[in-house]
Amino acid sequence: MAQFLSLEDAIRACVHDGDTVAMEGFTHLIPHAAGHEIIRQGRRDLALVRMTPDLIYDQLIGMGCARALRFSWGGNPGVGSLHRFRDAVENAWPRPLAIEEHSHAAMANAYEAGAANLPFATLRGYIGTDLPKVNPNIRSVTCPFTGEVLAAVAAIRPDVAIIHAQRADRHGNVALEGIVGVQREAVLAAKRSVVTVEEIVEDFGPRSPNAVILPSWTVTAISHVPGGAYPSYAHGYYSRANAFYIAWDAIARDRDTFLAWMDANVMKKTPADFAVHARPAALAAAS
Amino acid sequence: MSDFTPTEMMTIAAARALKASDVCFVGIGAPSAACNLARLTHAEGITLIYESGTIGTEPRVLPLSIGDGELCDTALTTVSVPEMFRYWLQGGRITIGFLGGAQIDRFANLNTTVVGPYDRPKVRLPGGGGAPEIAAQSGEVFITMAMGSRAFVEKLPFITSMGHGEGGDHRARLGLATKGPTRVFTDLCVMEPDPESRELTVVSLHPGVTRDQVQAACMWPLRFSAQPGETPAPTAEELAILRDLHARTKAAHAA
Repeated sequence: MAQFLSLEDAIRACVHDGDTVAMEGFTHLIPHAAGHEIIRQGRRDLALVRMTPDLIYDQLIGMGCARALRFSWGGNPGVGSLHRFRDAVENAWPRPLAIEEHSHAAMANAYEAGAANLPFATLRGYIGTDLPKVNPNIRSVTCPFTGEVLAAVAAIRPDVAIIHAQRADRHGNVALEGIVGVQREAVLAAKRSVVTVEEIVEDFGPRSPNAVILPSWTVTAISHVPGGAYPSYAHGYYSRANAFYIAWDAIARDRDTFLAWMDANVMKKTPADFAVHARPAALAAAS
Repeated sequence: MSDFTPTEMMTIAAARALKASDVCFVGIGAPSAACNLARLTHAEGITLIYESGTIGTEPRVLPLSIGDGELCDTALTTVSVPEMFRYWLQGGRITIGFLGGAQIDRFANLNTTVVGPYDRPKVRLPGGGGAPEIAAQSGEVFITMAMGSRAFVEKLPFITSMGHGEGGDHRARLGLATKGPTRVFTDLCVMEPDPESRELTVVSLHPGVTRDQVQAACMWPLRFSAQPGETPAPTAEELAILRDLHARTKAAHAA
């Protein structure tokens, strides 16, 4: 059964130095508040996994929390570079970052294999590309039925998966909707999981019989953090802060402006400070 | 002298190549503008798919990312990302994959990974994302990129997504039954691969653009078709709809 914990307690209980951590959310429902809490608690040597590192991992990498990154697209969508990620890869600042680079298709398949308790995923992938030359973990397997040679990648089995969702009910079941990405697969592939939610409700009420639900017994900890996906978004609650994604480019470009921003907006803040981002949509929904 | 920009011409030329019956896997940036312009002009009913899982989406403004809420709000349905890549792309249901890139070579291979050595890159680019499999598994691939000597290069430092590889029947030799890149829309011209060698060939110059201008923006000696045509200039309607889309998008992203 999922435990309801403060975000501070959930991160302390579930995320340890050296862990393999997958914080997922494909553009939508990115668990930014949880990322900030990991940074505040000073976790080190994390092996991060995420399809699109996005701002959340730019921040963790820039603050020196990560030793490794398994990923498939490391940019600021529609804006340009992730400057802290680039600085780590190009200049080893603030510390070297070992990268394991894949394509989206391979990462998505690898999460699914993890959730399915398989050792690897297979796909018709990487044909004619240079990625297998630089990533020894892209291998091949021969189909025993047709003889076709297919790409093979190791399953993703994180120590902990962290996601953000719209709602939990009082039993600790979790409901998410909209762009659901690989979040369900990440939670089911992981040993432990932390879910931050916009709302805790008595009962989910009327819903599609095919609603995306993670039963309470698949989740380790739930934290109520309204606004916790900002500047990503929560479908039905608030929109993606595209203006902030654009503004991040200038903040993160320079080491000093980045560190000053992190000090003011992460180190000196708490999870409750995310609530301000939840309000506009709550008001919009009420109007 | 002209009342449209090279970028507008690029987007409009690319949009015209899409049909209402296409099922198009849309890359972010320039491809997204072209695909939505097509949907708002001659290709009403085109199925646009973004890798975030949104199928049949009809955004009112261009998304900044491939997963903006606008895409999900206006989609016929939204599936998970593993399902998107497994059932829909690998399943062979995409007629056109529409990609951009940082660098391209004469056989329309794309680099979006690194400039310089992989282990010690001069510039670390975002990486492949969905592109390596979009390039391999879509029925055919359209590419749109602005020309320039750093973008159209003699040799790619890294092949992120395979176009025609080393040319000729290279794709077929690797077991790919899809067509690969069939058209490249730039800000100066339109290129298509030669039917035999698969080397990109200029088939149409945008209004007012000379061969020398195109060659100056490309690091390999460019081939031109026997009689390259002139790309029809944007119509007033195409320009109005495109500018309106960009204005709505700018206002929405600043909010």
